Amino acid sequence: MENENASVWSSVRFWRRSAGWVTGVSAMLLIFLTFDSVGQITMGTDDDLKNKITKRVPAPTVINYHIDYKMSQKRGHEVPVIGEKELFFGKNWSEEEARALLHLGKLTSQAKNCMNCHTLLGNGAYYAPDLTKAWLDPTWETLAEAFGGKEYAISAFLQDPAGMAMHKRRMPNLNITEDEAKGLVAFLKHMSSIDTNGFPRNFSKSVEQFKQGETNAH
Amino acid sequence: MLTSIKTNNFDGCKSKELGMMYFRVAIVLFGAQLIMGLIAAIQFVVPGFLFEILDFSVARMVHINALVIWMLYAMIGSVYYLMPDETGIETVGIGIGKLAFWVLTLAVSIVVLVYIFVQVGAGTEFSIWFIHEGREYLEAPRWADIGITIVVLTFYANVFLTFMKGKRTGIMMVLVADLMALSGLYLAGMFFTDNISMDQFWWWWVIHLWVEATWEVFVGALAAYALIKILGAKREIVEMWLWIEVLMLFGSGILGLGHHYFWIGTPEYWWEIGALFSALEPVPLVAMFVHVFYDWGKENGIAIAKGEKPTEMKNSPAITWILLNAFGNFLGAGVWGFFHTLPQVNIYTHGTQFTAAHGHLAFFGAYATILIAMMYIGLQGAHGIEKLKSTFSSKMAAILISFGVMGMTIALTTAGYEQILVERAELGATWNAYFTAQNLPWYIQAQAWRAVMGVITLIGFVFLVWDMLNIDKRKTQKI
Ligand code: HEC
Ligand code: HEM
Ligand code: HEM
Ligand SMILES: [Fe+2]
Repeated sequence: MENENASVWSSVRFWRRSAGWVTGVSAMLLIFLTFDSVGQITMGTDDDLKNKITKRVPAPTVINYHIDYKMSQKRGHEVPVIGEKELFFGKNWSEEEARALLHLGKLTSQAKNCMNCHTLLGNGAYYAPDLTKAWLDPTWETLAEAFGGKEYAISAFLQDPAGMAMHKRRMPNLNITEDEAKGLVAFLKHMSSIDTNGFPRNFSKSVEQFKQGETNAH
Repeated sequence: MLTSIKTNNFDGCKSKELGMMYFRVAIVLFGAQLIMGLIAAIQFVVPGFLFEILDFSVARMVHINALVIWMLYAMIGSVYYLMPDETGIETVGIGIGKLAFWVLTLAVSIVVLVYIFVQVGAGTEFSIWFIHEGREYLEAPRWADIGITIVVLTFYANVFLTFMKGKRTGIMMVLVADLMALSGLYLAGMFFTDNISMDQFWWWWVIHLWVEATWEVFVGALAAYALIKILGAKREIVEMWLWIEVLMLFGSGILGLGHHYFWIGTPEYWWEIGALFSALEPVPLVAMFVHVFYDWGKENGIAIAKGEKPTEMKNSPAITWILLNAFGNFLGAGVWGFFHTLPQVNIYTHGTQFTAAHGHLAFFGAYATILIAMMYIGLQGAHGIEKLKSTFSSKMAAILISFGVMGMTIALTTAGYEQILVERAELGATWNAYFTAQNLPWYIQAQAWRAVMGVITLIGFVFLVWDMLNIDKRKTQKI
């Protein structure tokens, strides 16, 4: 200000410098943490899966495994549990095939704008259910048998969502082809294997509980 | 009346004319935003409304994209408008600035038409390049991304070169640094990845570091300019405050980014980092609130001491919106943000109507308000009005829009509360749990109220446009 020596607390220069330093230090810390986090969320490899090495985001070939979401006493919340091998659309997918399928699924999810109705990992729109663990949704278990596996049920739904609607608020037909639907199911299955630190909480409650239907909380 | 659209009474100051061009497009996009929001809101209440004609995803995409784009337009407009005042010289590259304006406006029109009429593409790269990218807020297709980057670069070059050539005030210094960060961050949202965790990690770099760091600092600089310009506050003090605000905003906002990294696959350490720094984010908002109201009260007092009527500020509609900004920023971002920012709370509120409640009040309170104030400052200059007084319609606009948005926020907060308790806490966020909550009578009621409050907001908007179009009726107040 007029008199630089009056007090450091009213000196523009002091605050300008402090602002610069604080911003710089925060930005450096963020960049440092970003390196660490990006390392931790990079997709694992097929070998990690074979050797039962847990990755926060597993390789695309995780679609060849049974996935569950269970309470972990150690971590104090639910975590994805990657189990035994299972067929996905009737086959075992090679590394390349799985990567290509996931790529198609992710592209389709963007082209069809899923995120402007649903949330993915909790981010997006709030017009339709969260898809983070949609692969594990108990409703699919109840439909699995009729379709010969839940991947077929989900795929059928995605190709004709209005026809298979369960509620008044329907999902529209988005002209999803059979291949795209397969990709999307792979994308959903892969997403359900991501370690989300326990979000959504309480998801793993049994199908039975949900079958009791409406709550009386009004 | 329509002559008022074209009036530019700046004694040949081209930069201000260019600023006004941006403001005009901004207000049109604001209207489009509200109409699309209403369509989406009605779809919550009447599920079959425009089903498979203009689905929720389309309406919502246009709603939030129009929001981001009109704000960027109004921000660019504000900079072109205030730059001659701050630097004391004409902006260096007016020709290229005008060209960039037309290119951007053409691109935005094409993008919006494609959103509305093409809606979805096949699962191919082509769709990402030419239809939309399907990533909330960053839906603009790749070709437009590249176009926007080029346009923003020319804008930034203009700002930087004018700054270097002219007077270097503190406000300009903050803007030059801030705009560089703001433009650079956009690049973090431009690549495709199959890894949804990685996707959202960088997506938040853009969204969070925009609205909770660089945009907030931008608003601090605008408020500083406005306080000096319309209240006659003392520059040294205002600029000192501005640096303190920058310090606090960046000091909390940059690492506050962690509050979006609780559940997207990122490690647990973000729980602590995100909680700590984002919990500090409201502090600068309180400071900005105190600052604006203090200066307002002080200058009012000085006016009274001089025997003037305190309401006779140089631009009362702008002052009204600036006060709404100080309060709305604190309430929408600070209070509603703090509500759900701790991981212990966020595990249940994440991705619910509560988030939407916060999103509305924050965007409105922190940004819509001050950008409307800047438009009024622009209009005052364009019409050469010495003292711009409030009118019936300017007051109705401020009251109805604020009341409408606040009403929507309360309705959504109520809806969110029901959703959180029933879907999240009680039933565990499955498909069935989701619809159990959506079908609760009180939830439906809240959604209906949101639609009603949306209509009130829209009526307020009509008053706003009416008032702005009739600015020249106040010519009598001209010197
Ligand atoms: C216009 C909005 C909209 C869009 C876009 C949309 N959905 Fe849906 N989706 C819904 C609605 C509404 C439901 C609930 C339907 C019901 O219950 O009958 C739903 C249900 C679902 C379900 C079953 C719910 C669950 O938890 O398992 C899945 C899976 C799903 N959608 C996946 C997708 C995918 C993948 C996309 C993108 C390709 C997508 N949706 C795009 C609105 C949408
Ligand atoms: C006519 C008034 C408005 C109506 C009816 C309306 C309606 C809506 C609806 C239905 C959504 C989708 C929410 C969801 O996914 O469930 C939405 C999202 C959004 N709207 Fe509005 N809106 C209005 C005005 C505004 C205003 C004035 C702003 C800000 C200035 C705004 C900012 C947003 C934002 C930021 C989102 C995304 C929220 C999020 O993802 O959390 N809206 N709006
Ligand atoms: C003007 C400033 C701000 C704006 C415009 C803003 C806007 C938004 C929007 C639109 C979202 C939803 C994003 C989405 O669609 O997924 C969001 C999320 C969030 N905001 Fe803000 N915000 C602001 C400031 C703050 C502050 C200061 C805090 C904390 C103190 C905060 C805390 C949060 C949190 C925790 C979420 C995540 C919600 C969730 O998990 O679903 N915000 N914000
Ligand atoms: Fe944030």
